[in-house]
Amino acid sequence: MFSFCVDPASLDDLAWMACYLTTGKHMAIYTSVFTVFLLLAITAPTALAFGFLGASSARSHFAPLSWIGKAYIAIVRGVPDIAFFLFFVIALDQLFEWIRHEIKCPDWTDSIWQGNDFVVCDIAKLPLGNAPQWVHETYGFFLAVLTFAIVFGAFAANVLYGAMRAVPQNQLETAEAYGMTRRQVFWRILVPQMWVYALPGLSNLWMVLIKATPLLFLLGVEDIVYWARELGGAKTARFTDYPHGDWRMWYFLALLVFYLLFTRVSEIVLDKVMLRLTHGQATLAGDAQRKAA
Amino acid sequence: MKSILLGTAALAITASVAFAGSHSVVRMGTEGAYPPYNFINDAGEVDGFERELGDELCARAELTCEWVTNEWDSIIPNLVSGNYDTIIAGMSITAERDEVIDFTQNYTQPDPSSYLALDGTEVDFDGGVIAAQANTIQAAFIASSGATLVEFATPDETIAAVRNGEADAVLADDAYLRPIAEENADLVLLDRQELIGGGVGMGLRESDTELKDKFNAAIQSMKDDGSLNALLEKWEIGPGF
Repeated sequence: MFSFCVDPASLDDLAWMACYLTTGKHMAIYTSVFTVFLLLAITAPTALAFGFLGASSARSHFAPLSWIGKAYIAIVRGVPDIAFFLFFVIALDQLFEWIRHEIKCPDWTDSIWQGNDFVVCDIAKLPLGNAPQWVHETYGFFLAVLTFAIVFGAFAANVLYGAMRAVPQNQLETAEAYGMTRRQVFWRILVPQMWVYALPGLSNLWMVLIKATPLLFLLGVEDIVYWARELGGAKTARFTDYPHGDWRMWYFLALLVFYLLFTRVSEIVLDKVMLRLTHGQATLAGDAQRKAA
Repeated sequence: MKSILLGTAALAITASVAFAGSHSVVRMGTEGAYPPYNFINDAGEVDGFERELGDELCARAELTCEWVTNEWDSIIPNLVSGNYDTIIAGMSITAERDEVIDFTQNYTQPDPSSYLALDGTEVDFDGGVIAAQANTIQAAFIASSGATLVEFATPDETIAAVRNGEADAVLADDAYLRPIAEENADLVLLDRQELIGGGVGMGLRESDTELKDKFNAAIQSMKDDGSLNALLEKWEIGPGF
């Protein structure tokens, strides 16, 4: 990157380090930090939406809907994450391709399973085989978001389901006594009050989600942990201008600091949110706020 | 959920607009962590013997190729489900793998596998602890010998295991271990070698015979005019043809 980086072997330590930390390969780890942030920024609200749908259908009075909600919560929570991320994503990708295949190539007579191979017609591939690499990467990224959202949505659904039941029953009964419909009770009384009960569980989930991002590499998205391992591994002079020993410890130390800072900031923000949510609530913390005021 | 569905749909539509054709772009899947076969260079790009070989093969077969990296563990499932079209990742041709995927003819001679250990250690080949990368011919070999096998996801970790004493030695392709032994005074190659594997070939889907024929022809032409030998010599990978 810098003009003096032509012959790294002749540089003194500081200049060598400056050149080393700005190689194209290091740029990849810096961008992967943003990949992680982007993933979290999209996944968290999506997972929450999945959770909300799951929880509200689980407590639905319409039996089949309630079964679907409960089955979603039970199955996804029970399957180990790594199995989910290894096989579910490939299956999901194949499902999308199969649907496109059925629509776009109705004349296709061969089976889509040929021995071990999953073969769909060329125009049904997702993304198309000749699409540029960034399309493939974006598609992989969205598959990752969807998988994360489904997994964490199930946990969030369970938290929200519990939170909905924690809202005092007499509040709901009072609302009904005032003549509110079931829908009105749900949206005006239950939902606004449940968050205070849900937040501790949701904040746990958020912390776990932050630390689950290395699972991204299973999905072909290169995240910071992958790059730390790749960059930190011992390098011999034959294959790089910057040979060094096993530096994984330093890279992982940097990751440790990154994750600690990130979770600390999250904690501070979540505390603020909690403070707002408890305001005026019929809980211990809400009561304390009222007395202090 | 809605935004995701919309996003996926939008992606699907943009993808469909592009021109479709049989293998107008061939996606080459590699690991990027096994020098000299394949590795990520300082610029962050795939480099190594197989990068040069693959680019030359694509030029000869008149294909447009694109390089993709994938973790070793899931490299075969992702090929089979069509996420890329070839595996070119120092993968030895074995009967077990051949049941799942197809191989082109080999582009390296069967390369002996060597043991790397800390200088001065006595390695017990029948009862000791030997490290190898998971899902490799070396791992299968150790598992069937008397020694205890410890597996790692990446080649790099197998070397680290020897360094920190977790394993007595590591078994891997000679071409991978040799530069490491040459540059580290504390690590040595042992005299004993194992002759396993049938050489390295490109992996393809079994249904993809057209592409296999193209690459087979290209490899044959590189064998015939000696350019493959020149590459093998440049990257110091085993004997030539």
